[in-house]
Amino acid sequence: MADKVLMKGAEAIAESAIRAGCMAFFGYPITPQNETPEYFSRRMPQVGRVFLQAESEVAAINMVYGAACTGTRVITTSSSPGISLMQEGFSYIANSNVPCVVVNVMRGGPGLGDIAPAQADYNQATKGGGHGDYHSIVVAPHTVQEAVDLIYLAFDLADKYRMMVVMLMDGLMGQMMEPVEFHDWVEVENRKPPEWATVGQGERKERNIITSLEILPEGLEKMDIALQEKYRKVRESEVRFEEYMMDDAKYAITAFGTVARIAKTVVDMAREKGIKVGLIRPVTVWPFPYEVLEERANQVDFFFDVEMNEGQMLIDVKLGVNGKRPVYYYGRLGGIVPSPEEILKEFEKKMEVSK
Amino acid sequence: MEKKVVISGFGGQGIMLAGELLAEAGKEEGKNVTFLPSYGPEMRGGTAYCDVIVSDKPIASPVIAHPEAAIIMNLPSLTKFEPLMQENGLIILNKTIIPEDVSRDDLKVCEIDAQAIANELGNEKVANLILLAAYAEIEKTVSIETLKKALRVLLTGRKEKLISINEKAIDTGARLARDFISSLS
Repeated sequence: MADKVLMKGAEAIAESAIRAGCMAFFGYPITPQNETPEYFSRRMPQVGRVFLQAESEVAAINMVYGAACTGTRVITTSSSPGISLMQEGFSYIANSNVPCVVVNVMRGGPGLGDIAPAQADYNQATKGGGHGDYHSIVVAPHTVQEAVDLIYLAFDLADKYRMMVVMLMDGLMGQMMEPVEFHDWVEVENRKPPEWATVGQGERKERNIITSLEILPEGLEKMDIALQEKYRKVRESEVRFEEYMMDDAKYAITAFGTVARIAKTVVDMAREKGIKVGLIRPVTVWPFPYEVLEERANQVDFFFDVEMNEGQMLIDVKLGVNGKRPVYYYGRLGGIVPSPEEILKEFEKKMEVSK
Repeated sequence: MEKKVVISGFGGQGIMLAGELLAEAGKEEGKNVTFLPSYGPEMRGGTAYCDVIVSDKPIASPVIAHPEAAIIMNLPSLTKFEPLMQENGLIILNKTIIPEDVSRDDLKVCEIDAQAIANELGNEKVANLILLAAYAEIEKTVSIETLKKALRVLLTGRKEKLISINEKAIDTGARLARDFISSLS
């Protein structure tokens, strides 16, 4: 590891992806993540890899699909409206069992919305978004450093499970600069394509075929069951979360991404006032850490979920808590980032209510 | 220690460079730092600003809703941020192009004829660092020496020749700030 460098989130993820062995970027510009393709456009030719600006997000995701079919580490990045355009491709990628990484630097919606930071694509990312019974692994960093770290994990998990991994960031994480430390380069020069990759028949007896089509319902059901079996394994093994000051907590805040970093300060502020509150922060929002919430429900008086959306993760928090304790919610919409003071004030109101 | 400052002015006045330099210097001193540029639908000649936080602790939100300090380089920025300032906050004002007075009387205002002084130094464009150094000297966010050191990280290649005039700008800003501090006591 080298010294820390000051970098924008949108640039840091690009550098991290390159070091993690990403061989190709396909994408289409959209604020607030234009610095990512810009960075890739400069760096990818320097390291002899592919940067291609497609004519649209629809084209870009299908280029990603194609590259993924060869087992190549490939990425695209976009922001909310662009990600909506890619949903058909995501669904095809899911049923084709091919690995890729997608970063969504979320902005205010719905529709064209605005370009300010938001978390309103949580449902879209964690519950599917495209058609069919599918999931993507979804990671949600809360600092630029964690984004850099999780890019490595994202490529590893994508390869391991042959599936799409989404990184949910927001405009704030994309635009802000923080000091980051990069990891060692992943060796790619001598990397052999996986045996399922469509890279020519070679010595194989039969051709590899990758498709999301199975016209016979009996056949498709088998494919669907296999997909669900894969998701079961992911749920079993890949849940990640962080607990902050939860050991003696009487109350738990739940938050992901940017809001979680703000919530850590809320916890510190409340602790200074003698209020025993902690934070449960999902790092993977799919698979979601339901179990920890169920456990902590035996300990805390209530949960307080904070998001920059109308309460999308709230549903998952409630599923985890399973009715054992009240779950309250506070959120801002439209691209507004809540301040620690404002969150603490709302939290204290709930303390009054719950007395 | 946690210091938060907004730097605001016209696009082209070196707002982002000043912000990045402060963040780089904070990083250099081993602090947690965040730098957040404004990225709204901007237009040429419009107001550009950035939020910089330097802290001993992990930084929660990089957004500064109510600045405790602001470096104000043009009139629209003064109009925008003066009402948002915390009580008894500090404004470093680019007096050359803002003849208007700050109307709130609770604010500390350090007025510097920055563009005129920058011209005397030989380059009007270093006004940003005169003001930044004045801020750093008053608030002790980072040391003047570290600011100068950070120049070498940001000004490389063709820009390397600009280091010495920027160093002069930083020294000048720090000196004017010391005058300001002694005028208060």
